[in-house]
Amino acid sequence: MPKSYADLLREARSQIREVTPQEVEALPPGAATVVDVREASEWEQGHLPGAAHVSKSYIEQQIEAVAPDRDAQVILYCAGGVRSLFAAQTLNEMGYTNVASMSGGFQAWKGAGLHFDTPIVLTAEQKQRYSRHLLIPEVGSAGQAKLLGSRALLIGAGGLGSPAALYLAAAGVGTIGIVDFDIVDVSNLQRQIIHTTDRVGERKVESAKRTINALNPEINVVAHEEMLVAANVERIIAGYDVILDGTDTFETRYILNDAAVAAGIPVVHASVFRFEGQLTTFVPFEGPCYRCLYPTPPPPELAPGCSVAGVLGVVPGILGLLQANEALKVLLGIGHTLAGRLLLFDALETEFTELKLRRDPECPVCSDKAVAARKAGHPLTVDSVGNDVPFAMTMTGLAGTVSPEARA
Amino acid sequence: MSTVFIPSVLRANVGGAKSLELPGASIRAVVGELVAQHPSLGGQLLTEDGDLNRFVNVYVNGQDVRYLAGLDTPVAASDEVRLLPAMAGG
Repeated sequence: MPKSYADLLREARSQIREVTPQEVEALPPGAATVVDVREASEWEQGHLPGAAHVSKSYIEQQIEAVAPDRDAQVILYCAGGVRSLFAAQTLNEMGYTNVASMSGGFQAWKGAGLHFDTPIVLTAEQKQRYSRHLLIPEVGSAGQAKLLGSRALLIGAGGLGSPAALYLAAAGVGTIGIVDFDIVDVSNLQRQIIHTTDRVGERKVESAKRTINALNPEINVVAHEEMLVAANVERIIAGYDVILDGTDTFETRYILNDAAVAAGIPVVHASVFRFEGQLTTFVPFEGPCYRCLYPTPPPPELAPGCSVAGVLGVVPGILGLLQANEALKVLLGIGHTLAGRLLLFDALETEFTELKLRRDPECPVCSDKAVAARKAGHPLTVDSVGNDVPFAMTMTGLAGTVSPEARA
Repeated sequence: MSTVFIPSVLRANVGGAKSLELPGASIRAVVGELVAQHPSLGGQLLTEDGDLNRFVNVYVNGQDVRYLAGLDTPVAASDEVRLLPAMAGG
């Protein structure tokens, strides 16, 4: 017995519970997963706040990613309330037990004067370039828009910074700052893959900028051609959302740590030695900071840099990419970072080891005591925390006269 | 016997070994045994007073002994002890 459209619609109406826009609007946060089943071009014109987008043609393939619990309430809507009825029947068939369709759809929502969001719309070129991101529900166009509006700062365009910069640029992190005062040397090219043989002798920031923009012309590369020191660190890091620490001196690492904690900016830290690397993410006040992990740097003979000790080129490559991964998660707000964990990598054994890190309750930079002292305008002084605090800063850190919190 | 992992920067002091099996029921005893067998490590790991140098982190089964009982942290047979100085390279 053939069925007409009217027959199918009648059937769907009799099977699917319908809710009004006002009822959806009155739901407490988290009471239902609201899914927009219209086409992407309709979604881009505006959608319900907090709604997920799964167009009706992909509903079977993608609904489980946005609504994994089959017994939780799912509310579907479309433009006028018909497509969502049919999509709801599909969810019923898939075993969803609490599905409703919003009557009147988005037109009724708008007609009732209810608030709606208009997403940032990617250009056609961006949709193509980032299509593999857009297919991932955890990124999608909202996540990609977030990356395009994000700012990441790389300390060093060397072994760690090279792969990190390339992948962050490829991923569409809109602004990439690079701090490096060095020039490209032929001995860098064994691992610093952002530079090329014909750029030996050029400034690293310029070389990095050219490679980044050849890969992705829409990335805004900010060149900071200076050495990161206590006097400029606050100015340089201001406004960045995440920092990737790939320097090769302890002094820079401590100076960066102190300023980043004070500014509340996460630092993705990595360091390498021959066949080994260490990686963690310092999220201020959520996990430890660099001073909690290493209160004191080792003497130079115990921690030679790559130029003295050597390094297998792929080791900073691997660690740099893990840094980029941490940075992308920080920027997107997804997954779990390495905050509170130190990851060790051993290339000879192909072995990863994880150690647990803790905040030092006596930390001169990130402890409650240190923060309270800065907020009160009386930052801890070197004398008050003992004189073995290395590389104490004069502006943001220990001996400062003006705290960043007080100035903000 | 616990397994003590030697960081690569210190392996020259122990004949190139990546790890050593050492007796001792506490970090103090294990590190003491390590330094007794390889005296050149003493100056790297310990202060003149016999405390751990602050630039060498020591972990027992992935936990920093600074937040356990320091040198008095107990070590059981088959525990993993890891010495870890900071690295500089980038």
